Amino acid sequence: MEEVLNSQKSIIIQLDQEEYAIPVEVVGAIERMQQITRVPKTASFVKGVINLRGVVTPIIDLRERFGITAADYTESTRIIIVHHEKYDVGFIVDAAYDVLEIPEDAIEPAPQVIGTVNVDYINGVIKVDKRLIMLLDLNKVLSQKSHNNAYEMEG
Amino acid sequence: MENSEYLEVFIEESKEHIQSLNDQLLILENEPNNMDTVGEIFRSAHTLKGMAATMGFQDLADLTHKMENVLDAIRNDQINITTNIIDVIFQAVDQLEGMVLDISEGGDGASDVRELVNILLAIEKNEQPVPTNKEQQVVEEVKESPSQFAELDQFEWTILEQSKENGFENLQVTVTLSENCLLKAARVYMVFEVLEQVGEVIKSVPTVQELEEENFDLQFNVLLVTKEDPEEIKQKILKVSEIASVEIATFERKNTVSQEVEKNQQEENADTPNETTPTQQEDKKKNGKAVASKTIRVNIDRLDGLMNLFEELVIDRGRLEQISANLKHTELQETVERMSRISGDLQNIILNMRMVPIEQVFNRFPRMVRQLSKDLGKKINLEIVGAETELDRTVIDEIGDPLVHLIRNSLDHGIETPDKRKALGKNEEGRLLLKAYHSGNHVFIEISDDGAGINKEKVLNKAISNGVVTAEEAPKLTDKEVFQLIMSSGFSTADKISDVSGRGVGLDVVKNTIESLGGTITIESEEGKGSLFSIQLPLTLSIISVLLVEVQKETYAIPLSSIIETAIINKADILNAHNKKVIDFRGKVVPLIDLKNVFEVPTENHEDDLSSVVIIRKGDQMAGLIVDTFIGQQEVVLKSLGDYLGDVFAISGATILGDGQVALIVDTNSLIN
Repeated sequence: MEEVLNSQKSIIIQLDQEEYAIPVEVVGAIERMQQITRVPKTASFVKGVINLRGVVTPIIDLRERFGITAADYTESTRIIIVHHEKYDVGFIVDAAYDVLEIPEDAIEPAPQVIGTVNVDYINGVIKVDKRLIMLLDLNKVLSQKSHNNAYEMEG
Repeated sequence: MENSEYLEVFIEESKEHIQSLNDQLLILENEPNNMDTVGEIFRSAHTLKGMAATMGFQDLADLTHKMENVLDAIRNDQINITTNIIDVIFQAVDQLEGMVLDISEGGDGASDVRELVNILLAIEKNEQPVPTNKEQQVVEEVKESPSQFAELDQFEWTILEQSKENGFENLQVTVTLSENCLLKAARVYMVFEVLEQVGEVIKSVPTVQELEEENFDLQFNVLLVTKEDPEEIKQKILKVSEIASVEIATFERKNTVSQEVEKNQQEENADTPNETTPTQQEDKKKNGKAVASKTIRVNIDRLDGLMNLFEELVIDRGRLEQISANLKHTELQETVERMSRISGDLQNIILNMRMVPIEQVFNRFPRMVRQLSKDLGKKINLEIVGAETELDRTVIDEIGDPLVHLIRNSLDHGIETPDKRKALGKNEEGRLLLKAYHSGNHVFIEISDDGAGINKEKVLNKAISNGVVTAEEAPKLTDKEVFQLIMSSGFSTADKISDVSGRGVGLDVVKNTIESLGGTITIESEEGKGSLFSIQLPLTLSIISVLLVEVQKETYAIPLSSIIETAIINKADILNAHNKKVIDFRGKVVPLIDLKNVFEVPTENHEDDLSSVVIIRKGDQMAGLIVDTFIGQQEVVLKSLGDYLGDVFAISGATILGDGQVALIVDTNSLIN
């Protein structure tokens, strides 16, 4: 929470025409799409694990995590490796482009309904020129509760 | 940062010294006249005191100091050793251990040591009406002072060495001010002025600042580099008024002692934190005891990091081998081959670095057994065999608690009281054997006693009344199966619930821990003769041998340790029983599990008449896993799936294959149930 609010630089990622910001401090690497080993009996948004320089890292498809309709992976598809608290995970996103300096006072609270993503995963929004960028709440995105719920749904 | 580094070293070394205190005290208890042991204990205590004082843990230093005094008195034959004294010292060691633990957990190691200090003081005085306390104090000081110079830093040593090469003399000047000296700081200043005229002052103890603040008694030491004649310097210093005496001695690297004190101090001198380890190690070697070779401490995380990097290398090596095979370039092939061999050796070394002797776990048991046998009123002779057996660090960390449980269990339920043993015609003293050894890719740890053994009837009755087995099943069980029952949860055969064991938890926890380490535990017992608990553990947790199999397009790894054999089975041989597929495997009915279904593998249909089956086992149970193809056997590095995924059903971890892909490792134990 605090981390996000104080952050200056964020990596801007794209998901289904919308833009989200992830603070640079938590991003360990940005990887191209690669072969993922499926892990059975996990939530559907957990695509599996990859070998990230010797560390087995779980991969989450953010589209599925947010309930956005799945799309084929393309040339621009990226895996954002995030180190958040005790978790090391990778997010599959449509694209990752620039690093943006976000002034703290430009952050506004998230409106109740915003885009396609459940407002629960959003910490706030920023307007930069004409772009609307949403700040991802990593705690919620990675929360075990929803992960487990999804797991139960899977059976 | 630096401080915390020292702290780590301090904690590690303190633990070692406390362990050594424990060990030696036990020896001393059996051989009260063994003065070598007393000396050993004294040295450990002395070093501990020095380290604690340096690190500023006052309570720790106080307690050790008093303990040291008592030990010193014992050493000088002023006190005779009694069980009482040993008990008190044990208590003190316990408290020390508690304080060190507190420090290691971030505390300040403060603790109320007054009571113990008083008891120790009483012991010291009791037998020694006029304790030469003053004398001892003085000795203390003198003893401390020369040794201070042992803590010179690298830079200072370099100066000393260089000056020596250039024909200078390194002198240790000990100046004592007269007792009625009023302006101590002024005198010190004057002495320093004299010294600086004749040479260069490298270091002083106490520090110059402390001297200026008159923060010292009457004596101070200075390390001087000079070309002047020592006698002349002495005379010059003595010209300063209110100086009682001046001693000058040549300063040598190892023996930093001024000649006069040398005789009595030799022993203690080597005991300053920096110098102590080698001496002790030598002593230990002489006694044929603990192993102590040249070592450095490395954080296990660093080794893991090294291992990870190395695996990256192995993956690239695989690719390189592939490329050179394709190119058929002789020189390249030779180079790659040589590189492969070297990296193979490297791998062995890295893996070996994670191995530690099980001694680390075993060495706390003698103390525990002593205490327990006292509490229980039993006589027990603990024998330890194979403490040098090496195991992976991860296993060592986990195996301690289960072993404690088993030993407690043997002492409490197994070995009888001396009276009872006598009545049975056994030796009054019960025997507990702790044995570790390697066999193949496994390490065995056995705990055996010559106690009462397990009463089959009693176990069965209890199991039936606890609902662990039904009355019908009971008679069909083999002896081994009956014994296994005592490790089911909620089982305790002791009629009386004692403090030591028998709280209803215990043996089932032991079993679970051992199984989670990939090991097994078996029990053999003969009533009236004793029991044997045998634990089988994998040599290492980080590298395991697996059989790689293909299920459709996915690769899975099955640990070799749980595989009995592989077989190709004709579809026609698969039978149905209770809606389950089974096969007749060497006369046994074995249920079949289709990995495709368990892991919900996306399938492309092409039915085959033949099925590849891997027969796995868990204890006495068996199952057959249906896979598509066997790829082959391989040594792989076990990796966790990461915190995010946590526990995944039937998957115990993952590994990275030669082509850089991740393969999941099947947890066969959870598939059989």
